[in-house]
Amino acid sequence: MVEFRIDRRSGVATYLQIVHQVEQALRLGLLAPGDKLPTAKEVVAATAINPNTVLKAYRELTRDGLVEARPGLGTFVRRSLARPQAGADSPLRAELADWMERAHAAGLAREDVSALVTSVLEERFEGPA
Amino acid sequence: MTDFTFRPGRTALEAVGLGMRHRRAWALRDCSFRLPAGRVCALVGPNGAGKTTLLSLAAGLRRPTEGSLTVLGGRPGGAEVRPRVAYLSQDKPLYARFTIADTLRMGRELNPASWDQATAERLVDDGGLSPGARVGDLSGGQRTRVALALALGKRPELLLLDEPMADLDPLSRHQMTTALMTAAAERAVTVVMASHILAELDGICDYLLLVADGKVRLAGEVEDLLAAHTLLVGWHEQSGAPREFAAHTVVETRRTGRQLTALIRPDGRPVRGEWQMSEPTLEELLLAHLRAPDAPPLLTPSAEPRAGSKAVGAFAVRNRPGPAASSPYGA
Repeated sequence: MVEFRIDRRSGVATYLQIVHQVEQALRLGLLAPGDKLPTAKEVVAATAINPNTVLKAYRELTRDGLVEARPGLGTFVRRSLARPQAGADSPLRAELADWMERAHAAGLAREDVSALVTSVLEERFEGPA
Repeated sequence: MTDFTFRPGRTALEAVGLGMRHRRAWALRDCSFRLPAGRVCALVGPNGAGKTTLLSLAAGLRRPTEGSLTVLGGRPGGAEVRPRVAYLSQDKPLYARFTIADTLRMGRELNPASWDQATAERLVDDGGLSPGARVGDLSGGQRTRVALALALGKRPELLLLDEPMADLDPLSRHQMTTALMTAAAERAVTVVMASHILAELDGICDYLLLVADGKVRLAGEVEDLLAAHTLLVGWHEQSGAPREFAAHTVVETRRTGRQLTALIRPDGRPVRGEWQMSEPTLEELLLAHLRAPDAPPLLTPSAEPRAGSKAVGAFAVRNRPGPAASSPYGA
């Protein structure tokens, strides 16, 4: 089960915050196929947001095929976003760690590295994630 | 529950040409809007805008001077409507000599068919209030809690709240908001909440009614109203509004040095020129409209009255057929 954290000052629509948090939980493996999402009532009781916002987020996730509503039972995870290629012990991650080490040795600060990564990221994957 | 709480075809409130005069001055004039059932609606406007007048008309405590207002398909305060509506006025009238237990018992005996003792008791209990405490000895915020417990214990279909959270501490506010949203989730209660505190409304309300100077300025789904507006920021040195704005409805322009900030309603076509565009936040939308009283009103299609009134705004659906006003829930 995940717990949502709503930041009312983030400027990101509340339903999108829920969508992103579910996707993130799916990527990290915190949620796996068959897991149940909290009901709208449970989310409302914890966060005091409008129940329709939760339902809108769940509809969006349903449309993307990530979750499914089972009438009378709740909303369940259909598929995971976790990829073995992006796991903690994957070669891709090790290569990136090596690269970071070289950037650090070359004297780049955290902000420089972040700016560099972001610019290559945007070049390769157009549009916001 | 996996279904939205709102029922677009059902009407909770519908005003057509509604007007209310206090002595010489009009508190409300020519107000027309519709609130679909199951919505959580923010009623926003400056002091003296007519918010309290509108709520007391909906509660049936006053009669309109002109026009009409229907509540859950019936007459406000009528015998078949009153049991389904709870109204919490700003001064939270309660009997000072009653204990909290007496107050809840009054709620139970006045609303025998619908009363939910468990919910009412839990709300009082969450605030650490003892049932034996006398209402007259409570603080303002504690009285608000008891009044909300009474209103929610009634299990109304429509909940009218006038500045409900103004005197609550942050924890109480969170608990009361949770209780309201739970009622919305469980029973699709329609809520109308007048408030000045915009932070209190964001994320809670999915419908908006902005009144100013006794008139409806904005009405509709919050996300549709936000999507109908664009905030533009750019460089503009000439005086007057940029020519490329002429095709659109301009709500407000503000200038800081060479920078121009504008809130517009794009007219279908994209805005030409080098403008940084974004969707406004709820606060930006409300503040711009409060600063610009001459901006034309905007009602989304679901907020248009169905009882044959004149249509306003870009969203307006004209000539809606059918005598929907005679059926209890509209079309």
